[in-house]
Amino acid sequence: MSTTSTDTRYDQAAIEADPAIPAIHIWRDFAGTPDQLFRAHTDPDLYARWIGPADRTAVIDRWDATDGGAFRFLDSRDEDQQAFRGCFHTVRPDRIVQTFTWEGMPDDVALETLTFEDLGDGHTRLHALSLCDSFESRDAWLRSGMEIGVNDGYAQIDRMLADGSL
Amino acid sequence: MADQLSRVFAALADPTRRDMVARLTDGDATVGELAEPYAVSVQAVSKHLKVLEEAGLVTRSREAQRRPVHLEAEVFDLMTKWIERYRQRAEERYQRLDALLAELDEEHTDTPMKGTAS
Repeated sequence: MSTTSTDTRYDQAAIEADPAIPAIHIWRDFAGTPDQLFRAHTDPDLYARWIGPADRTAVIDRWDATDGGAFRFLDSRDEDQQAFRGCFHTVRPDRIVQTFTWEGMPDDVALETLTFEDLGDGHTRLHALSLCDSFESRDAWLRSGMEIGVNDGYAQIDRMLADGSL
Repeated sequence: MADQLSRVFAALADPTRRDMVARLTDGDATVGELAEPYAVSVQAVSKHLKVLEEAGLVTRSREAQRRPVHLEAEVFDLMTKWIERYRQRAEERYQRLDALLAELDEEHTDTPMKGTAS
């Protein structure tokens, strides 16, 4: 236990909205190797299996996980379909640098730096840094979580109304 | 509400204002009291206060002569709530990734079966 690089463990995602620059940090530890995490982020079939919310389907539209490559995927449920895309700048086993944008707000482009740190005991730490070009843009990303959450809530009410539990 | 959140983040982007807010969590204070620890004029502190006020983070009593500055805790709660929602969504995503990693361990081959659901 004392051989790990840090005493802090992120068994749950930890988040920080940086007060000084328009960035969001997320840390999370996984029971897996850096190589496995790298594959989960670069193999399109694997990526589609975890990226979207459980009740939505992610379909990869374009995928070239190489330096200078690009990606696009569609996240959908019923009639609702949202598209996300970006460019892979650096694709390295310990580090992925990419842009990320929701096509609904195409001017809000985040620069994401993902690092996979081997903690030495079969665990790997993911650090995801999303840097936006303004505080307004960063806050729009933070709000997007809220909005989708609210929509999920409405959809749940729809389901409860449909099956008679309301 | 959305605009307010942006103003809150922007207001807290400045280290002096963050410091002032931290100080106000201990209790109300006058402009003079807030200015004391800094090598800046009361006027400069007033400018910072105006930004905090516009973000809804602080209010100043109109009645009392000292016009103490008061921290509005609910605005903090709003910001915290939004960030927590974002965090929860990230955590849900990573729990799916946990499950995938566990599968990768079992498969230990390079031919993961493609999911055919929906």
